[in-house]
Amino acid sequence: MTTATGTDLDRPASEPPTRQIALGRRIKDHVATVLVSLAFLIAVVPLVWVLVTVIARGLPAILSADWWGYSLSGVLPEEYEGGVYHAIYGTLIQAFIATVIAVPVGILAAIYLVEYGRGPLARAVSFMVDILAGVPSIVAALFVFAAFISILGAPQSAFMVSLALVLLMLPVVIRNTEEMLRLVPDRLRESAYALGIPKWKTILRIVLPTALSGTVTGVMLAIARIMGETAPVLVLVGYARAINYDPFEGNMASLPLLMYSELSNPEAAGQYRIWGAALTLIIIIMIFQVGASLISRFSAIPK
Amino acid sequence: MSERIEQRAPGSEGEEDQIVPSPSPVPEPPERKARSSRRGESVFRFLASGSGVLVVAAVALIGLFLLIQAVPSLMANNANFFTSPEFSTGDENNLSFGIRDLFLVTVFSSVFALVLAMPVALGVALFLTNYAPRQLSRPFAYVVDLLAAVPSIIYGLWGILVLAPAIEPIARWLNTDLGWIFLFRTGNLPVLSGTIFTGGVVLAVMILPIITAVSREVFAQTPRFQIEAAKALGATRWEVIRMATLPYGRSGYIAGSMLGLGRALGETIAVLIVIRASTSPMTFSLFDGGYTFASLIASAASEFSQPLPTGAYISAGLVLFVLTFVVNALARVIAGGKVNG
Repeated sequence: MTTATGTDLDRPASEPPTRQIALGRRIKDHVATVLVSLAFLIAVVPLVWVLVTVIARGLPAILSADWWGYSLSGVLPEEYEGGVYHAIYGTLIQAFIATVIAVPVGILAAIYLVEYGRGPLARAVSFMVDILAGVPSIVAALFVFAAFISILGAPQSAFMVSLALVLLMLPVVIRNTEEMLRLVPDRLRESAYALGIPKWKTILRIVLPTALSGTVTGVMLAIARIMGETAPVLVLVGYARAINYDPFEGNMASLPLLMYSELSNPEAAGQYRIWGAALTLIIIIMIFQVGASLISRFSAIPK
Repeated sequence: MSERIEQRAPGSEGEEDQIVPSPSPVPEPPERKARSSRRGESVFRFLASGSGVLVVAAVALIGLFLLIQAVPSLMANNANFFTSPEFSTGDENNLSFGIRDLFLVTVFSSVFALVLAMPVALGVALFLTNYAPRQLSRPFAYVVDLLAAVPSIIYGLWGILVLAPAIEPIARWLNTDLGWIFLFRTGNLPVLSGTIFTGGVVLAVMILPIITAVSREVFAQTPRFQIEAAKALGATRWEVIRMATLPYGRSGYIAGSMLGLGRALGETIAVLIVIRASTSPMTFSLFDGGYTFASLIASAASEFSQPLPTGAYISAGLVLFVLTFVVNALARVIAGGKVNG
């Protein structure tokens, strides 16, 4: 086999009776290799392109002294002043409230699917998790608007955004936790039962702690995903240029909302802030992403 | 783990009859500990099933509340909801809105994105499972997954400010030289950037990681013996893919593409930023502008005050919900248990 189509393992131990693979098959094989590698390069291009763009255009903003410590309160559209800490606060608090609600529900639902769920209800839950995973963020936002703001008369607030984010976060948390719980070896459960520990205590004290790191990873990935959501903040909360600490009342900025509202700013400073906020958002998301992969790397489930 | 179990074992509250996870109706010794742990069991079981039911209820409630809010506006609608291209809600007493153009723009942009993304995703998934060196396969997959981590608003900004000028020559070439194909006719916009074409390219980038992730997972599950059998017959690497990987993974690949389609249909902010609004109706060209369901709702979000006009947008949202529901349900059926998530 003179053609370099395989690794050492693919090479037969003795010389094959026919040394050459037919030309047509070899050409096809090479063309496939080229195309497949090309596809990977094509996929990498936009990632690099987007990241380079955001970093190059956003760097001046985030390096300015005021960026991390000031809001845009009192800053004129054309001024290169102020910062985005009000929006960073908004992004984090909205994600935090959503996490506090979504994580217990999500983990319990995953426990139901893995440990208890049998029969039609379990199938329905599993199906609906998939459906919920596909619900567009704008639909989740509209639902919260229809149910809580239109019908119950609640005011627009950051809390409403968090409720919409819960819907987007739940399926991610459930699927990740489910996967992790299924990885926990059955012998751990059986040992616990053999020692007379009731099922619920086995789950809480043995199964969940074993699956904890994977679950935390999943939660962090879910947080990273929802922090960039723009549709819910557009529908459910007004934009504020100053800090608002109260998630239950009043307008509140978040990084995506700040970017969107600066889009209508015709001044060059608007562009400056948009890309600065974009880079800030990517940095925050990357912190969660990298944190997630570090956690999963250093604490895997014992096989 | 085992140490912890041993420590807990002597003083543990469970009694003999609790060994079986779901206790059979064996007479219990009247012991307080056993009873409290049985109560714990039922409370915990209730919480877990309750959370499961909550997920089902959430999806049902989404549909229900959107429907409740949409019906009054649909009753007051003067235009045909399904065939009217206009969407005017300015006059509360004379609502006339239809979803024809919203539907067309949504489907055109999403399907175009799918056409672009599917072959690339197939290539990437095959590269990661069958070509990339084993040590590099995971980092490479991580890189592709990172595409999904970039927020959609950033894709939108990049799409209109950076990508659109860059691909405009391609659009111009398609328009000039292949303009006789209806897809590449001059559309209802005076320019060739910020069209469905541009939006579709951006959407393709955004759905690429989803299709890739699902396909990769299924391709990696190809039974080892099938691959080895193909190799034993002297198959080249491509022939192994043709004979083993693709037949096994086809359903997963299609399901992944459906999930990607669902994502593209509902994508909001990137589409809102990239695709320009147009005053004239859709002309079935990729160089049209206009609104998708999602981008129209987002564009009007700041004006949600009067119930009837708002209801018109909510009815558009309801259609989008049904659309994504069907696409995602289909994906699940096609995958047939090979894909989880």
